[in-house]
Amino acid sequence: MNFQLSEEQQMLADSAKRFVRDNSDVETHRRNKKLMPLDAATWQQFADLGWLAVPFEEEHGGLGMGPLETMVLLEALGEGLIMAPYIATVVLGGGFLRQASAAQQAETIPALLEGKLQVAFAAEEYERVFTLENTAMVADLKGNEAILNGTKSCVMNGDQADLLVVLARTAGKPGDQDGLSLFLVDVNAPGVERVPHRTVDGRQGAEIRFNQVKVAEAARIGALHGGYAIARQVLHEGLLALSAESVGSLSVLLNETVEYSKTRKQFGMPIGKFQVLQFRMADMFIAMEQTRSLLLAATLKTVEGHDDAAMAVHAMKAQLGRAGRNIAQEAIQIHGGMGMTDELGVGHYVKRVTGVDGLFGNADVHLMAIARSA
Amino acid sequence: MDLRVPEQEKAFRDEVRTFLEESLTPEIREAGRLVTSVFAPVKEAMAWQRILNDKGWAAPHWPKEFGGTGWSVSQRAIFAEELVRAETPPLVPMGLHMCGPCLIGCGTEEQQQEYLPKILNGEHFWCQGYSEPGSGSDLASLKTFADKDGDDYILNGTKIWTTYAHYANKMFALVRTNRDGKPQQGITFLLLDMDLPGITIEPIVGLDEVPEQCQVFFDNVRVPQKNRVGAENDGWTVAKYLLTFERGGQEYAPGLNVMLEKIRLMAEKQQTAFGPLNKDPVWKHKFAALEADVLALEFTEMRIKSALSAGKDPGALSSMTKILGTELLQKVTELRIETLGSQSVIWQPQALVPGEEQPVIGPEYALTAMPHYLNSRACSIYGGSNEVQRGIIAKAVLGL
Ligand SMILES: Cc1cc2nc3c(=O)[nH]c(=O)nc-3n(C[C@H](O)[C@H](O)[C@H](O)COP(=O)(O)OP(=O)(O)OC[C@H]3O[C@@H](n4cnc5c(N)ncnc54)[C@H](O)[C@@H]3O)c2cc1C
Ligand SMILES: Cc1cc2nc3c(=O)[nH]c(=O)nc-3n(C[C@H](O)[C@H](O)[C@H](O)COP(=O)(O)OP(=O)(O)OC[C@H]3O[C@@H](n4cnc5c(N)ncnc54)[C@H](O)[C@@H]3O)c2cc1C
Repeated sequence: MNFQLSEEQQMLADSAKRFVRDNSDVETHRRNKKLMPLDAATWQQFADLGWLAVPFEEEHGGLGMGPLETMVLLEALGEGLIMAPYIATVVLGGGFLRQASAAQQAETIPALLEGKLQVAFAAEEYERVFTLENTAMVADLKGNEAILNGTKSCVMNGDQADLLVVLARTAGKPGDQDGLSLFLVDVNAPGVERVPHRTVDGRQGAEIRFNQVKVAEAARIGALHGGYAIARQVLHEGLLALSAESVGSLSVLLNETVEYSKTRKQFGMPIGKFQVLQFRMADMFIAMEQTRSLLLAATLKTVEGHDDAAMAVHAMKAQLGRAGRNIAQEAIQIHGGMGMTDELGVGHYVKRVTGVDGLFGNADVHLMAIARSA
Repeated sequence: MDLRVPEQEKAFRDEVRTFLEESLTPEIREAGRLVTSVFAPVKEAMAWQRILNDKGWAAPHWPKEFGGTGWSVSQRAIFAEELVRAETPPLVPMGLHMCGPCLIGCGTEEQQQEYLPKILNGEHFWCQGYSEPGSGSDLASLKTFADKDGDDYILNGTKIWTTYAHYANKMFALVRTNRDGKPQQGITFLLLDMDLPGITIEPIVGLDEVPEQCQVFFDNVRVPQKNRVGAENDGWTVAKYLLTFERGGQEYAPGLNVMLEKIRLMAEKQQTAFGPLNKDPVWKHKFAALEADVLALEFTEMRIKSALSAGKDPGALSSMTKILGTELLQKVTELRIETLGSQSVIWQPQALVPGEEQPVIGPEYALTAMPHYLNSRACSIYGGSNEVQRGIIAKAVLGL
């Protein structure tokens, strides 16, 4: 067993931390009160730093790295509350494209690596508690084509994406793992309509409506009706990345709260001297460390292909939701009135970790996944 | 001991319901539905207050001779419940629930005559100037100074977190008139106009992106001494009198029951792979725990009301209901975002402004969930933080 970063991973961490020092996005968060175009300059910087290439194989021009390196990178980005749609495009989008046909890859991966292609995973649906198998949106098969009809909700990066990966049902009913298929859909395809919106964490998403959208067979990823296994693998890598990012954000919430409690004085002493607050911060610290442990457990088990890797991913996302709630709520409470303002960074971090719990199944959904499989 | 409801109270409930049905305008109802805070959209809340005042019902908790209704405690409870059930926007509390009762208890007859009618009809919009940047939980350390000059005081300093100062034309404030001795003994309670020369108001944007609170600066602001409530240096007594109203006057259970019922309906609409969410064992368990807590709170609040109607002082019990009510509200808003999943992540504050007619993205019932969750984090901070309230119970009730 070894929990040390390799030299390469350390370099990645250092470059990410440097970037964050120069680009922390709290100020941007505060200013973004409306839908903003993609920050193209930052994205280009990501490309130049090689970050877009992290999870791709060398034969595709990638760095041949995996979830561990993504974890290292994302944790640093989470500390800076960097809003770039890395998870949507590189982790989820890239994850699906790595499973795509050679022709699809040739068409997309080079552009993605250059920073010229944005991707979004259209998975969630209104009034359906998210799990992959709970997908209801239908793709009817007509000859060699699939015809998409329905609405995908809260598609992260959906407003900026050029390319959508759509999870739809080609057979079976909600609840079935079989019968799901994955399609690559150009956002400009006839019948695709996007309703962009902001999300609580200062980012952007979209409702995406599909009205008789025709998709050629060549645009399918994986086997017909066999999308579940691919989607699950990619989603789990996405959840690992989301969790790594959140661990970075949570550690900032903890540190800022502790620091604030040392300087804020009431009744003639720093509020950090009140034992009730000390104990609560000690609990925040414990929750933080437990989350970090599960992140490592889930990431290492995934990388090494352990049988219980999926369980660890569910446990991690559940822990992230619960610890995130606790740390976020205490961070506000201990900051008093200041914690409720748009002015301090705290509130922006709180909104991010709160939003993250809501995405791709909250803590309850993931605990239930563990309970049902036991 | 029994729970029977007298016939005349049932008739009273019907009377209130009929009145609400007839007098609530669509605009006021919309504002009520869009509430994400204890503070409602101002324009509609004030319109609603005027309608209630025309009926004589704006301040049921005031003594009849000052414009109250003369209702029994249980009639007041019924009225409060029906307001919540009809989803009316809550009235702005600083005048009706804070300054008003305070003037009734501690003001001169002249002050009562001058201010109380205008609190009722909304002509005066009050804000509460207590907290300062350096004086939050430790309120008594406040240092907005009021120095005597002829018949006036001259104010210098700053207040912060002043809710709705940017809408207010009046402020009741705690100021320091004596720099020596125990901090509590040098504080004076003053009433002042918000348009006085030397006052600047800076709104503070909150987590929900709405400027609800403000910082207010005083630069040599001249306030007549006759605007003092109570004796000079005795403002702490006045403030403490008022605080029991701020904390104890509120009932949380009726509103929580309404919210829980709506969450149940939302859960019915959410499909899991195994059926609707309201049949999901994990969800049901969480929901049941909250229902039990709210039922307990309902009876705790009733016990306090019955003590009140027997003329007893609920004392530190107001700290208990403040803790329970605010923390249950926080849990209920939390269950709501959990019930809605990613639908609560969609952020559209512009759709929360009454009359904007902004199309809602996603289910309409999900619109208020996240802003309300975020905003309700403030409830355990304001009005004396819940740590401070627990301190009061430990000291005053348990003798620690
Ligand atoms: C099953 C068991 C086995 C044990 N075995 C051994 C043994 O083998 N050898 C041995 O030497 N001792 C042993 N002990 C004793 C044990 O170490 C003491 O019980 C323990 O140190 C607490 O001391 P106390 O019981 O005097 O409680 P107290 O110290 O009086 O504490 C009472 C309560 O006050 C709290 N408290 C105390 N100080 C603070 C503070 N500063 N801030 C906040 N809270 C505070 C405590 O947490 C506790 O809740 C054992 C005890 C038990 C219950
Ligand atoms: C939405 C909102 C509306 C408000 N409206 C008004 C208004 O209209 N008028 C007005 O005057 N004020 C208003 N306030 C201010 C409010 O009363 C203060 O925020 C509150 O008193 C806490 O003070 P603080 O924010 O300075 O926090 P601090 O006092 O700095 O407290 C920070 C943290 O330390 C804890 N703490 C402090 N002392 C102790 C202790 N002795 N033991 C244990 N823990 C302690 C607190 O509980 C809190 O968790 C409002 C606040 C909010 C958030």
